[in-house]
Amino acid sequence: MQSILIIVFAPLLAAIIGGLGNRMLGNTVVKSVTTGALFLSAALSWPIFLAFVNGGAEASVVPVLDWVRSGDLVFDWSLRVDALTAVMLVVITTVSALVHLYSWGYMAEDPDQPRFFAYLSLFTFAMLMLVTADNLVQMFFGWEGVGLASYLLIGFWFRKPSANAAAIKAFVVNRVGDLGFMLGIFGTFLVFGTVSIPEILEAAPSMSGATIGFLGYRVATMDVLCILLFIGAMGKSAQLGLHTWLPDAMEGPTPVSALIHAATMVTAGVFMVCRLSPMFEAAPVALAVVTIIGAATCIFAATVGTTQWDIKRVIAYSTCSQLGYMFFAAGVGAYGAAMFHLFTHAFFKALLFLGAGSVIHAMHHEQDMRYYGALRKHIPLTFWAMMAGTLAITGVGIYWLHAGFAGFHSKDAILEVAFARGTESGQFAFVMGALAALLTSFYSWRLIFLTFFGKPRWAQSEHIQHAVHAGHDDSEHANPPRQEHAGHDVAHHVPDPAHGDGTAGYHPHESPLSMLVPLGVLTLGAVFAGWAFSHTFLDDAEFWGGSLYYNEALIHAMHAVPLWVKLTATVAMLFGLLAAYMAYIRDTSLPERAAEQLGPVYRLFLNKWYFDELYHVLFVRPAFWFGRQFWQRGDVGLIDRFGPDGAAWAVAQGAGAAKRFQSGYVTSYALIMLLGVVAAITWVLF
Amino acid sequence: MIGIEHYIVVSAILFVIGVLGIFLNRKNIIVILMAIELILLAVNLNLVAFSAFLGDLTGQVFAMFVLTVAAGEAAIGLAILVIYFRGRGTIAVDSVDRLKG
Repeated sequence: MQSILIIVFAPLLAAIIGGLGNRMLGNTVVKSVTTGALFLSAALSWPIFLAFVNGGAEASVVPVLDWVRSGDLVFDWSLRVDALTAVMLVVITTVSALVHLYSWGYMAEDPDQPRFFAYLSLFTFAMLMLVTADNLVQMFFGWEGVGLASYLLIGFWFRKPSANAAAIKAFVVNRVGDLGFMLGIFGTFLVFGTVSIPEILEAAPSMSGATIGFLGYRVATMDVLCILLFIGAMGKSAQLGLHTWLPDAMEGPTPVSALIHAATMVTAGVFMVCRLSPMFEAAPVALAVVTIIGAATCIFAATVGTTQWDIKRVIAYSTCSQLGYMFFAAGVGAYGAAMFHLFTHAFFKALLFLGAGSVIHAMHHEQDMRYYGALRKHIPLTFWAMMAGTLAITGVGIYWLHAGFAGFHSKDAILEVAFARGTESGQFAFVMGALAALLTSFYSWRLIFLTFFGKPRWAQSEHIQHAVHAGHDDSEHANPPRQEHAGHDVAHHVPDPAHGDGTAGYHPHESPLSMLVPLGVLTLGAVFAGWAFSHTFLDDAEFWGGSLYYNEALIHAMHAVPLWVKLTATVAMLFGLLAAYMAYIRDTSLPERAAEQLGPVYRLFLNKWYFDELYHVLFVRPAFWFGRQFWQRGDVGLIDRFGPDGAAWAVAQGAGAAKRFQSGYVTSYALIMLLGVVAAITWVLF
Repeated sequence: MIGIEHYIVVSAILFVIGVLGIFLNRKNIIVILMAIELILLAVNLNLVAFSAFLGDLTGQVFAMFVLTVAAGEAAIGLAILVIYFRGRGTIAVDSVDRLKG
């Protein structure tokens, strides 16, 4: 099991070499080192995972270094490998390795490639530390590490103000969640006297009846701790309330969106809830909260996703929604199902993001789907990859054959288990989840239809016009980040009259091989991951081996739900597909009419339920107001006034007074001298 | 009989007149030089008086030195005044105020 050391630390080493070597080593060396390290990690991760799947592996802990020994507080750096970690290992290293490879093509024109690859590897290291943590503090280290890396990567194009703003927003919103997580860790240490995860989980069931004084009330200990920890998970996993950073994070380069905001970082919250599942099982109220927040996020993000025009934002809201599925699966006690959806989602969501990146690449950095259309024939490989991703996320499959794309297995399992749980929150989650499945299908197919079908609508796009007028042809992958040609292409607004077919004379080009290979691999994952591992994740208690709480009775109940429940997801998917087909293929004027008919509701969805505006009024403006008060009243008015400025004023006043003695008249000097002498003599004599 | 006290009193009166002459005088710098002479003479008078009273010649020798120094000082002071007058065209005390920052 020593290979875990290589898996975790190879990306760190690569990040250090790449980050410090930067331009000294040059693009190719840094890219080779980082990508090579990630492929090495991935190659070593799969045997560990497969060993667990085949039942031949034991959980183990590899010590690395001593860390803190202070009274009762004792914890070390160590790497824990069990089934849960193994799942995360393959997800993280595989997606990360593919994203590294993909970035060779996508970032080919970027001037700062070494920095980008170093950040990617650093992020991977932080995430690996998070999932291999044996104690809460090391988990927190990884937790903050991914926060830092995501800040750096979202703000990678730091000359673009919107990217900076998005990076800061992501960091600040995550801090809010982190505060909850930190309080949860403190509270856990207070209650259990240790931060070691195995010891906490062992002691957790016996604490289920205990109460604790919190904010002046007596409340159930485990509920408080778990809700605090869940607030941390909400921040990282972009759940309702703390989700606002995720769509904005799309300002980062697309490979970053695929790696961080789809496959790995945002799943940290789900992973944490599963890792601490015995704790959550002892906290019924917290579980209900997790279920309801998860279900609410699921439906909320799906509604917003139906109205967005930016291709990456649609997928971002889809991520948010799918994370909601995972959380309510965990909330109803089916942690295996949550992890299964995490696993399949990582593949198809990374695929969708990378596919979207390929489309954006082909369309010369145009991200607005209103300016796409008819791309199916121009970039067929990307089209088929995106189709596979969409079939997977919408959960296409045939129940009787027990065969389908990845999402079919995991999403159906989650809906069934939510129904089977029988609690009120479970019922709520089932209904919301089924509705969200319909919406998921609708917005996913909408994306496909708008992008790949219909007629070309490229002529209105500034990016395309810029590309055409700048003389870029098929062979050239001009890849200037958006900020570089935001201002100076206003002159090209008039479409070229020679091309009345909406293409403006532009020819989209298929992406290079380095981008297509990851798409191909992920397509395999999106197609087969569900079918291949469904039994392992859902039904195999031995596979999990105690690494998470496995509720056998619930899984039996899940398999025994009525047939209509089992078919719900598929039917919802079909309705969504039908609606998208009607609106975006058959009658393209339908969406506009529907938007007009549904005026306020449409605007509510389009503006993301006004969360940003609400937070702006509730938090941002008061924070600025406070800042201004502290600045103008506190700093300038108090500290400066009585501190440095006051001292300077007193010195100036004193000097002004002393100046008068120096009149320049010899006689007054003589008088003063005399008085001085008299005083001195008086002092000596008496 | 004229005793040592009389000499001391005269000397003290001369000294005070000299001192007041320096800083009550608002008109002429030459008066300041004269006042300084007066102070020196008052001191000389003291030295000589104590010398005679104590029968020690050292005091009288010192008085000779002081007279010499006073003569040199008067010469230098007047020379400075002449130069100053050439430069500024006045030696009125009120206008001599360049000795400040």
